[in-house]
Amino acid sequence: MRESFVDTTTTLLAEDPRTALVLADISAAAFAPAAERHPDRVLNVGIREQLMLGVAGGLALTGLRPIVHSYAPFLVERAYEQIKLDLDHQGVHAVLVSVGASYDRAAAGRTHLSPADVALLDTLAGWTVHAPGHPAEVPGLLRAAVAADTSAYLRLSSAHNERPHAGDGALVVMRDAGAGAPLLIAVGPMLDAALAAVADLPVTVAYTHRPRPFDTAGLRALAGTEVILVEPYLAGTSVRLVSTALADRPHRLLALGVGREELRRYGSAEDHTRWHGLDAAGLRRSLTGFLSPARV
Amino acid sequence: MTTLATTTARIAEAATPLDGRLPVAPLLERVRAGREFGPNVYSTVDVLWVLYDRILRVTPATADHPDRDRFLLSKGHAVAGYYAVLAAKGFVPPDWLDDQGGPESRLGDHPDRTLVPGVEIGSGSLGHGLGLAVGSALGLRAQGLLEPRVYVLLGDAELDEGSNHEAIAYAGTAGLGNLTAIVVDNSSATHGWPGGVANRFTVNGWTAATVDGRDHAALHTALTGHHGHRPHLVVAVVESGEQP
Repeated sequence: MRESFVDTTTTLLAEDPRTALVLADISAAAFAPAAERHPDRVLNVGIREQLMLGVAGGLALTGLRPIVHSYAPFLVERAYEQIKLDLDHQGVHAVLVSVGASYDRAAAGRTHLSPADVALLDTLAGWTVHAPGHPAEVPGLLRAAVAADTSAYLRLSSAHNERPHAGDGALVVMRDAGAGAPLLIAVGPMLDAALAAVADLPVTVAYTHRPRPFDTAGLRALAGTEVILVEPYLAGTSVRLVSTALADRPHRLLALGVGREELRRYGSAEDHTRWHGLDAAGLRRSLTGFLSPARV
Repeated sequence: MTTLATTTARIAEAATPLDGRLPVAPLLERVRAGREFGPNVYSTVDVLWVLYDRILRVTPATADHPDRDRFLLSKGHAVAGYYAVLAAKGFVPPDWLDDQGGPESRLGDHPDRTLVPGVEIGSGSLGHGLGLAVGSALGLRAQGLLEPRVYVLLGDAELDEGSNHEAIAYAGTAGLGNLTAIVVDNSSATHGWPGGVANRFTVNGWTAATVDGRDHAALHTALTGHHGHRPHLVVAVVESGEQP
């Protein structure tokens, strides 16, 4: 997904003189050609994430449209107050693009893990969040985010589904088990594992690569009594939105995602997927417990 | 003994001999409304007045113009003098000063750019203004707007925040010749700045002038002392706890 981001951003910088890119060393080499062509609009501030967001706020104050990029923990967590004050409080906007989602860099350890990024942005108002499930979904989402005049966060991951799925972010039914069936909502790269987990279960599966704003109208149209969230970031991140959307209906909700505990283990992203119960077998175990004895 | 009456008299006395400063003192008193002001308020009002009266190319009519000079108040608690100067220069109606901080007021204890005409940034949490100023200077340069300058005002204690040092180093390297930082130095940093405030900037390629923060002529000279392709620093030294 990073390559897709670099290519699309390089094109956007050439197409629209209002676009600017702010970096803190991460991916600077990949953007070297763009920096050579647009030295005033490709700004690498060095390893200075507070300044990266402050500069983005300042650029936006003068009317430019900044894209800001780093590893997720350094982009969202380290400079959270700059996001809150240098963008939101000033009433200006930017497009934040991270790599290193959740445990993509598992062997790097806790310092490079950022499963709480979407939950943290949820403390702010008005942010669009994209979690693409395939590199081919990135260009369209990035173009739309840059063309809009609100703030957006694109959460790029090395995890992805086998095929891309288009759409504007509204829930798309990938597998229909009929009216009243439990509804599983898979976000971004979780789709393939979720589909495999419910292959022989009467569960409807819907997909979105845009968890914010959450498609609550689609949720209300599709949901029966049971709702299962499968998210690639902190477990429970979208519970507040689902519960609020279904406040007038008796329902049961299972929220699966990355655990809160620090595992203090390295290994691969696939290992962490398994340890957090987010592979097909792990999802299946959680689903069976949630749906039995009523349906399984 | 210092009473409210004598304090008020001293403000008036201080203001009277200085051409153009007269409008500010009564406006500052309207903001004060009998409250105690900390020394930071009085230590900042001189440089604010010199900036708005003689330096900044911005008026209420051009407050949204792309070619205007920008003034960013980073130490957002120095707001009383700021509001008084904005009122004196016609950016906000003087009536607004009478209810500062009230439930219907647009004038908080820290300024909000979305609520107050002429205010370029909302501030209050220290260490945000310089980064925003660097971004503004870069944004103007990227759009070929080479006339306007970006001025940002900080305090010496505010420099404790590490975010400033990210911005100081980068602005020097980037050769931001359209940026002027003003540090009001009232020796309020808990651990001080051994060797002086200016050194932190000049070692990173800034030009710098350190002047008496009460001396309007010296402030004017320092604030117009930028040249070439380097960011400029003005250190306005005022005595700690000094009252007018």
